Amino acid sequence: MAEYDAARPTGASATATERAKPRVPWRSRWRRDRILIAFMVPGLIYYAIFQYGALFGSGLAFLDYVPFLGLSGSRWTGLENFQRLFGDADFWQAALNTLEISVLQLVFFFPAPLALALLLHSLVYTKLKRFVQSVVYLPHFISWVIVIALFQQMLGSTGMLNGMLSDYGLHTVHILGNPDAFKPMIVAQVIWKDTGWGTIIFLAALANVDEQMYEAAALDGASALRRFWHVTLPAIRPVIALLLVLRLGEILSIGFEQILLQRDAVGGATAEIIDTYVYYHGIRSGDFGLAAAAGLFKGVIGVILIYAANKVSHRMGESGVYR
Amino acid sequence: MKLRRDSRMAPRRNALRPAWQEPPHPLTSTGKAVAIVVVLALVAVPFLVVVSTSLASPADVLANGGWVIWPEHPSLDAYRQILAGGVVSRATLVSVGVTVVGTTLSLGATVLLAFALSRPSVVGGRPIMLLVLFTFLFPPGIIPAYLVVKQTGLLDSYAALIAPVLVNTFNLVVMRGFFQSLPEELFEAARIDGASEWMMLRRITIPLSKAVLAVVGLFYAVSYWNAWFNALVYLDTPSKWPLQLVVRTYVLAGGSITDQSASEALLSAPQTVQMAVVVLATIPIVLVYPFLQRFFVKGVLSGAIKS
Repeated sequence: MAEYDAARPTGASATATERAKPRVPWRSRWRRDRILIAFMVPGLIYYAIFQYGALFGSGLAFLDYVPFLGLSGSRWTGLENFQRLFGDADFWQAALNTLEISVLQLVFFFPAPLALALLLHSLVYTKLKRFVQSVVYLPHFISWVIVIALFQQMLGSTGMLNGMLSDYGLHTVHILGNPDAFKPMIVAQVIWKDTGWGTIIFLAALANVDEQMYEAAALDGASALRRFWHVTLPAIRPVIALLLVLRLGEILSIGFEQILLQRDAVGGATAEIIDTYVYYHGIRSGDFGLAAAAGLFKGVIGVILIYAANKVSHRMGESGVYR
Repeated sequence: MKLRRDSRMAPRRNALRPAWQEPPHPLTSTGKAVAIVVVLALVAVPFLVVVSTSLASPADVLANGGWVIWPEHPSLDAYRQILAGGVVSRATLVSVGVTVVGTTLSLGATVLLAFALSRPSVVGGRPIMLLVLFTFLFPPGIIPAYLVVKQTGLLDSYAALIAPVLVNTFNLVVMRGFFQSLPEELFEAARIDGASEWMMLRRITIPLSKAVLAVVGLFYAVSYWNAWFNALVYLDTPSKWPLQLVVRTYVLAGGSITDQSASEALLSAPQTVQMAVVVLATIPIVLVYPFLQRFFVKGVLSGAIKS
């Protein structure tokens, strides 16, 4: 027991000194930590197989993969899959669709939580505010399958909107399943599902604004609008900037499940995104090499974008996702 | 008399609005009230329509063109029909089973790993944490993930719905951060008393972390309940499908979205039955939601999101 006590550093300062010069030999550290190591085993097996195993499995983008032969038996073809990928007009269409939907979301979805947060923050009745918050957070926890079922029941051909339109003798509208309406519809669904949830971070930022600044500004004669412009906005600007940069870093990641569920209704020309391209070419058609190449391409671009976004947020003086 | 009234008024006014704030313009107040009502209606009306349609009689729904906002002749026939055995009943059992088993295993693996990684200077702590965080940056693609499941022989088994999503890195990071915030003195005192790491986890960490355990557990439960894509890709046998995938195939396919694999038998099912399935797939979320809600208020989540 005495050896045990001596071996484990105590408190934060001790941790720092030990990090600087690890005097305790490895073997006794292993012995000391054997229970903790046992604790790690299930989680580490998961990470080794399903995260890192899959990461190295991405290597099949460089193979002429034949499921029967397996990874080791398949022929190495170098960049052939990538050449096929970049020569495929469908892939570029999918990339373009991905970007288009992403930009639409940036313009129309991104400001929505901020607007709702400002509205909620301005409510003086705490109980009402709590109630509205609990209602608007709920859709975040509903699965995409259900969300789309709800949208069908509201806007579909036999849904409430068209039912009411025809009751009043008006023309019915073809929204779901209409390729022209597909992209705005995707954005509308995201707004419905996640605007409420998105307010959390803005509400936290708004709650942190120093109340005395408002008071001082008001005493100096600043109107509500000026107080918003000169106090509220500068206080939450870092959060807005950080979220914007993070969003830009994930510009290729848009709701895969959401779009896969609705792709067949409107066809691939408007609804194919990179992720669904991967799914249809790989899982459905069995062209694993091509699909893996598309997935790897997206992954690498994603890493580069996140890295760049992080750099930008550091430059702006924010902390970013990682240091 | 006048003075007494003033002193009674002042604190009431302060309770709602700070003294420096001017009373709102009636137009602003009206605008805000309208906005709140619209927002609430946008969220609530779809749920209302779906629940009402599921409770209405098929004749009323048909007469109204596929939907009702309020059931005139409410009946539970649709629910009796889907719960009487058959596709939906079996899928519900599958979903419940996967959610219960999956949440237990995920929470267990996450707590153990987070606890080990939260202890100061544990062997390999830093490199392991970096490897874990790297998966945030480069999540495995659909195809490699599928091949791993295939190689491990999990295809067409329920384990394929749990093992590939056992630990969520975000949940792990949140939990580790919370464990690290517990005062180290507690662990030192326990060590002096001769407690093992296992005792520390059971007697100190877990009792002090109920809020974060509840939130992470509910997050896992919600994601297991809502999942359908892994089942679509990994399960070949439709009788093993969870409820969400059944909704996807039969309800979404019954509308404007077509799918070749949709079964003819349920495609022709009346709207009331389809909406009853949708309600059934939503109810557990709505039931656990108030519990989740309690923890938003405590700020666990906003703290977690900020970090």
